Amino acid sequence: MKTHLAASALALFVFAAGPAGAQQKLIPAQSDISFTSKQMGVPVDGKFKKFDATIAFDPKKPEAGSIAFSIDLASAQIGDNETMAELAKPVWFDSKRVPMATFQSSAVKAAGPGKFDVTGKLTIKGNVRDVVVPVALTQAGGTSTATGAFVIKRLEFKIGEGDWADTSMVANDVQVKFKLALTGVGAL
Amino acid sequence: MNTALPARYTRTAITLHWVLALAIIGSFGFGLYMTGLPFSPQRLKLYNWHKWAGICILTLSALRLLWRLTHKPPVDPPMPAWQARAAHATHGLLYVLFFAVPLVGWAYSSAAGFPIVVFGVLPLPDFVPVDKALADAIKPFHKYLAFAMAALVLAHVGAALKHQFLDRDGLLSRMWPARR
Repeated sequence: MKTHLAASALALFVFAAGPAGAQQKLIPAQSDISFTSKQMGVPVDGKFKKFDATIAFDPKKPEAGSIAFSIDLASAQIGDNETMAELAKPVWFDSKRVPMATFQSSAVKAAGPGKFDVTGKLTIKGNVRDVVVPVALTQAGGTSTATGAFVIKRLEFKIGEGDWADTSMVANDVQVKFKLALTGVGAL
Repeated sequence: MNTALPARYTRTAITLHWVLALAIIGSFGFGLYMTGLPFSPQRLKLYNWHKWAGICILTLSALRLLWRLTHKPPVDPPMPAWQARAAHATHGLLYVLFFAVPLVGWAYSSAAGFPIVVFGVLPLPDFVPVDKALADAIKPFHKYLAFAMAALVLAHVGAALKHQFLDRDGLLSRMWPARR
């Protein structure tokens, strides 16, 4: 628990020291990050309770934007306690050793009205991969909502090692879905 | 004795009885074994097989109930009234459990966030919400009901053996697969 607190405090410190241009704020209570894996064809949903973002983004100048994300893997929730306890173990998230998964954008491109492709590096368990995340942005009453989904290959991040690397048991593809409520984003 | 009534169960009833007997006893033993295993791909596989078996048992039981309701069973051989009543009560309770045990298992699986996908291809709907507290509340009942069924099965088998070897009234031949 202490290490989690320390890690969270460290993450906060890193965010506080983030880009000075960051004006947009995440509203955690209205945001969701969830994931769906398939076990023998059975979709199993989970979600992360703790995550934070540092966002400097103007929809009028998407290419100048920077989006950084941090997800506390230890906050992953799954329907069943036993599976949740398993998820924290070294062969899965190893969340005691590396509690944070991070994303740092390297390029943001407009992809249509209210749509953007965010390219960046996703780091989980110390494994880094390039991902392209399609984001749809809608705005209402001062709140901007970014939604999207992308697929990661769990084995590229060593999620589920050893016996669990068998993709006939747990599929390699894991769908990640997000809905992020933000304040302070300029008009589309 | 009224000889116009069938002396045996129909071939369909006999087949369903024995197929379900094997499936239920097999799934019960399987369930006892798999719950003791450590978390592993092997256990995950066994759990899924157990769920598929449960859905097959549920489906066949529905067919069996329909068949039972539309086909008159053979009359009981002469026996004390309390024994006939106990036998029919046991049969009735077993029928209830043929449905209750798999349905409660299905509900637990759904509540725990693991929807059932039969044979890995046919997704079944959840009839309860995904809810951890609900899953924890449901979980023990799958076991309790399965043990209740095991007790009734033992009573059922014990009674059949009593009829066969003590009373020697030929009751078992009504359900025995081979021709007399």
